[in-house]
Amino acid sequence: MPARYGMVIDLDRCTGCGNCTVACAVENNIPPGPPGVTDRTGITWMRVYEADNGEGFPETQSAFVPVMCMQCEEHTPCVSVCPQNAVEVDPETGIVGQIPERCLGCRYCMAACPYHARYFNWWDPKWPEGMEKTLNPDVSPRMRGVAEKCNFCHGRLHTAREKAAAAGNAAIDPADYVPACVESCPTQAIVFGDLNDPASEVAKLSRDERAFRFLSRLGTEPKVSYLSSRAWVRSLADRVLARDQKEEARG
Amino acid sequence: MNRFRVLFPLAGLLVGLTAGWVLFPALLYRTEEQPLQFSHAVHTDTGGMACADCHSFDADGRFVGIPTTAQCASCHADVMGETENEKRFVEEYVKTNREVPWKVYARQPDNAYFPHAAHVTRGGIACERCHGPHGTMNTLRPYQVNRITGYSRDIWGSSIGRVGMEPWEGMKMDDCVRCHRETERARACLDCHK
Ligand code: HEC
Ligand code: HEC
Ligand code: HEC
Ligand code: HEC
Ligand code: HEC
Repeated sequence: MPARYGMVIDLDRCTGCGNCTVACAVENNIPPGPPGVTDRTGITWMRVYEADNGEGFPETQSAFVPVMCMQCEEHTPCVSVCPQNAVEVDPETGIVGQIPERCLGCRYCMAACPYHARYFNWWDPKWPEGMEKTLNPDVSPRMRGVAEKCNFCHGRLHTAREKAAAAGNAAIDPADYVPACVESCPTQAIVFGDLNDPASEVAKLSRDERAFRFLSRLGTEPKVSYLSSRAWVRSLADRVLARDQKEEARG
Repeated sequence: MNRFRVLFPLAGLLVGLTAGWVLFPALLYRTEEQPLQFSHAVHTDTGGMACADCHSFDADGRFVGIPTTAQCASCHADVMGETENEKRFVEEYVKTNREVPWKVYARQPDNAYFPHAAHVTRGGIACERCHGPHGTMNTLRPYQVNRITGYSRDIWGSSIGRVGMEPWEGMKMDDCVRCHRETERARACLDCHK
């Protein structure tokens, strides 16, 4: 059975430290932005948002929400708008792959993404002198003019597959494929694995009563879920803005 | 008079075609010499070494590729033979502990991902299927690089029209996919791209 890689992020554990965002940038060769870069023009495959319950002191509570590509399974919005076929959902893994070498830079996908999880290369990547030596050889840096996003550290899947192939195995050992953010989280708030494997921790947690997904009303079946026992945090998931009802993703 | 009307354009066409056929590759590709001549035959044929003695996999199944100078030093700590190439190799690289900056004919663009372990170890495909007789050659042929893309000419193959090439020649995306169709392998873009 093909895999369906997914994630569960425990928002009651996340302290908002930002380790995951740094580990992600290092793993995926994301260059530091040039002077003047903003949170709209910079590249952060993984981003931590802060939310609060809207109460005044001392009732204030806050939560940190790490957001990356949710790997939508159905009607994947970035796939359907791409005029270049530069995005696809891998039938074997469920990972939504962005192929920068095919991308023409129109940014429809960025407009289509309900999670703002896609980023554009406004500049050619540049690393401070000497830092280029720390680049990850398993991930190719992108050029100016193309879109990019999280792909569950696909380079690590390559490495795990190579290890399996060298041992003559058809399938990878799940322990060999762990994305950088999962590995780096000091509170172990992120769990990763194959949702199709009913015995996996990620599959169990995604069915937990604390589990929810963002914007699930769009019907895109994201493969990233969140956990929280706080009702106000869960209510963030389907917060409806003024444009109510009209939003619907079509494939 | 009439005969010229026909012959003249034909001759022009012929000159144009020949020039295109001969000049275009010369314009498109720049030829570079390898930093050092290396004979596979001396090592694999005469020396009886196996490919894996030099081209091995590391513990994680990653293909090590071209061996480092340290791997050659066990035999070439000092000059053993008479050849100029070996003398140069020992003096310029082994004694100074430098790596030879080999130009790799098969090297794919950085964004392409190719796993040797899947093909060689698990798939059982022979090196010759993709690299031809390289492992038994006596000399290194000149390396040609595409002036526009900077890629090795081997990616496209020796023939500009891609006709009459050996089965192992050319390793464009289409060539990977043609072989994969038979085995239904690596169908997603990210399987081969990184
Ligand atoms: C003594 C160590 C040694 C042995 C044994 C050896 N090689 Fe090599 N091989 C090298 C070196 C050094 C290079 C780099 C120079 C070159 O390109 O040939 C190389 C390069 C190659 C390349 C890369 C060519 C390119 O640039 O794309 C191939 C293919 C190759 N060898 C195949 C083989 C095969 C097949 C065998 C077994 C029949 C073999 N080698 C045995 C040392 C070795
Ligand atoms: C097992 C021992 C052994 C190893 C390991 C070895 N060689 Fe050799 N090499 C030989 C022998 C034997 C000769 C033939 C010497 C002669 O009589 O001229 C030779 C010849 C050569 C020559 C001269 C012949 C020619 O034109 O190619 C070069 C250059 C050379 N080796 C380079 C290398 C490099 C580079 C490596 C490491 C990738 C290497 N050798 C590893 C044994 C070895
Ligand atoms: C299915 C085709 C295929 C087979 C079989 C194959 N290779 Fe390769 N080889 C490639 C491709 C493609 C590359 C370029 C990889 C890249 O640049 O990422 C390559 C690269 C290499 C290189 C250069 C590595 C580097 O980038 O420095 C060496 C050396 C080599 N192969 C040796 C071998 C040997 C030895 C075997 C047999 C054990 C073998 N190959 C079998 C396709 C193949
Ligand atoms: C001669 C045929 C042939 C050629 C040429 C070939 N492949 Fe393959 N490839 C195979 C076979 C057979 C397999 C399956 C091997 C196995 O796992 O048993 C495979 C598997 C793969 C896989 C999947 C590995 C995995 O772990 O599942 C990738 C990725 C791949 N090839 C990339 C490439 C690329 C990139 C090229 C071109 C540069 C290429 N291949 C050229 C025959 C080929
Ligand atoms: C079987 C392996 C394989 C698969 C699957 C594959 N590619 Fe490729 N692709 C390659 C290789 C190898 C190259 C580099 C050689 C070449 O230029 O043809 C390449 C080159 C390209 C290029 C040219 C890039 C450049 O810098 O010139 C584009 C664009 C591209 N691929 C897009 C895609 C897209 C989109 C998909 C999915 C629909 C895809 N590829 C699937 C192996 C593959």
